[in-house]
Amino acid sequence: MMGFISYLVNGISLGSVYAIIALGYTMVYGIAKMLNFAHGDVIMIGGFVVFTTVSGMGLPPMIGILISVVACTVLGVVIERIAYKPLRGASKLAVLITAIGVSYFLQNVALLIYGANTKSFTSVVTIPPLSLAGGSLIISGETMVTITACIVIMIVLTSFIKYSKSGRAMLAVSEDSGAAQLMGVNVNATIALTFAIGSALAAIAGVLLCSSYPSLTPYTGAMPGIKAFVAAVFGGIGSIPGAFIGGILLGVIEILGKAYISSQLADAIVFAVLIVVLLVKPTGLLGRQIQEKV
Amino acid sequence: MRQMKTRVWSKNTRSNLITYGIVIAAYLVVEVMMRAGMISSLLKGLLVPLCMYVILAVSLNLTVGILGELSLGHAGFMCVGAFSSAVFSKCMLEAVPAGGVRFFLAILVGAAFAALFGILVGIPVLRLKGDYLAIVTLAFGEIIKNIVNVIFLGRDSRGFHISTKDAFSLNLEADGEMIINGPQGITGTPQNSSFFIGIILILITLFIVINLVNSRTGRAIMAIRDNRIAAESVGINITKYKLLAFTVSASLAGVAGVLYAHNLSTLAATPKNFGYNMSIMILVFVVLGGIGNIRGSIIAAVVLTLLPEMLRSLNDYRMLIYAVVLIVTMIFTSSPGGRAFRERYSLKLLFGGKNQAKEGE
Repeated sequence: MMGFISYLVNGISLGSVYAIIALGYTMVYGIAKMLNFAHGDVIMIGGFVVFTTVSGMGLPPMIGILISVVACTVLGVVIERIAYKPLRGASKLAVLITAIGVSYFLQNVALLIYGANTKSFTSVVTIPPLSLAGGSLIISGETMVTITACIVIMIVLTSFIKYSKSGRAMLAVSEDSGAAQLMGVNVNATIALTFAIGSALAAIAGVLLCSSYPSLTPYTGAMPGIKAFVAAVFGGIGSIPGAFIGGILLGVIEILGKAYISSQLADAIVFAVLIVVLLVKPTGLLGRQIQEKV
Repeated sequence: MRQMKTRVWSKNTRSNLITYGIVIAAYLVVEVMMRAGMISSLLKGLLVPLCMYVILAVSLNLTVGILGELSLGHAGFMCVGAFSSAVFSKCMLEAVPAGGVRFFLAILVGAAFAALFGILVGIPVLRLKGDYLAIVTLAFGEIIKNIVNVIFLGRDSRGFHISTKDAFSLNLEADGEMIINGPQGITGTPQNSSFFIGIILILITLFIVINLVNSRTGRAIMAIRDNRIAAESVGINITKYKLLAFTVSASLAGVAGVLYAHNLSTLAATPKNFGYNMSIMILVFVVLGGIGNIRGSIIAAVVLTLLPEMLRSLNDYRMLIYAVVLIVTMIFTSSPGGRAFRERYSLKLLFGGKNQAKEGE
């Protein structure tokens, strides 16, 4: 029983990371209507920045994380400006291929700077593990920090979108960008802001991911990126609570699948659940049903 | 009026003949250069993979360009074709000693299995639309790759044994042989693939795809792509034609897989060869070649496979350059600004954009 609870907690922790990444995916999708395949690689860059500043330069972890968030935010905005903005109005497939190009670009920049060898990442969390039920259930500091961070981000982001002016501008642009522009919303600035927030979240996710799973290569971000994308689709892409629920569920399914079914088939199980969900609800758990007009 | 129609048709046929001609000419040039010893061993090793990529690109173009559905799981079908045919070849090593006949049968087996998976995956997947369809095909591709990695298949005098745990649980007799050894895959596949066979398979693929596109069936498929509701209202069976195009595409990817499996003596499913990255790479060929443009797919597959090899002297920078080329090309060919730039300087289209599929309409 304690084993199950421990797996469950680990699952929620991994799921929290997926949820934070998925939030970035889903916001960008909702507003720019594009699949940002490079999102996973921003996570990797975030991890490397912390690696350089904390392990390399010996700065305190909080400063390292701050630098990482700033660097990724700038990176996200620059990527949007250089690669995606010229393609506004182009076919979806063209944007997708460009995003793939950006993903290759980031991976290879990291490869050039850090090489292909796995770097061991020192955890930035210094909280001691929590021992419950007489030591039969141990929750690591990383797990607690990850879950807390996810909940805090979720609350802040939801209130930002609901109550701030720029947040509501985001909603308006995702609803109908043409109408929003006519109402005086600066669409380009709103899209840039979305990329900035998404990339900042990716940086945080990168730090949390690398603290829990302490190895870092230029390809670290690719698989979590895909999984988070699956999580976003799972919950209904474009929906923020959906990304949260999708991420948590995905993490729990993955860890439980690994523990009780087969460690090699864990990914297959995750993808199979996605397929089943989409077949029953073609727009995800919380996705909006699109009415088809003739 | 009648005369004009003949002219349009002959133009179409001519365009197709040029496509076949390019492939045959490329074969002859390479063959002559090989005889003259002008081709490095590195390039020689690339010839069969090149054929494989061309087949993959042309077949994916059927799904993406002609059917108009984004598939990110093409490598999964290739994986099915590769493994089914490699198992067949290994089992038939003694039963069918003639390499040519066995390889021919292996191609049929690979194509048939990939087609079967095409139907199995297609029935649920084709009910979805757009990005949802894309992510589910990606999911199926990853599932196929993962499942192949846990299969242990052996054979002894008592018949076949299969397990998903490890090699020992098969309880093989002393003289039994392992066929699929889990993550290590299949070793000792006969190396029957050659550049010549690759070219023949490309020509067959082209023949199938081009004739499909220019047939009544192909026009029905394109009608679905252009307007599903209108197509349905004139009595086109949407599910049937979608599934048909998807299955043919999967089956041809399976053929490419057969070529891959019989090119190397070991075959293992890794993220590199059958993962989503491979599917994405093929998609890049299709999009850069011009969606729906068969000849463009061939050229893009060849150029984009050779480009990183040609840049080999730049070592670590080559993939970086590849990425930049990809981004710049997409911005140049697809963005509104890039299009205006091209029109102003009336640059002839280098990378497609001319939709061949639409010419036939």
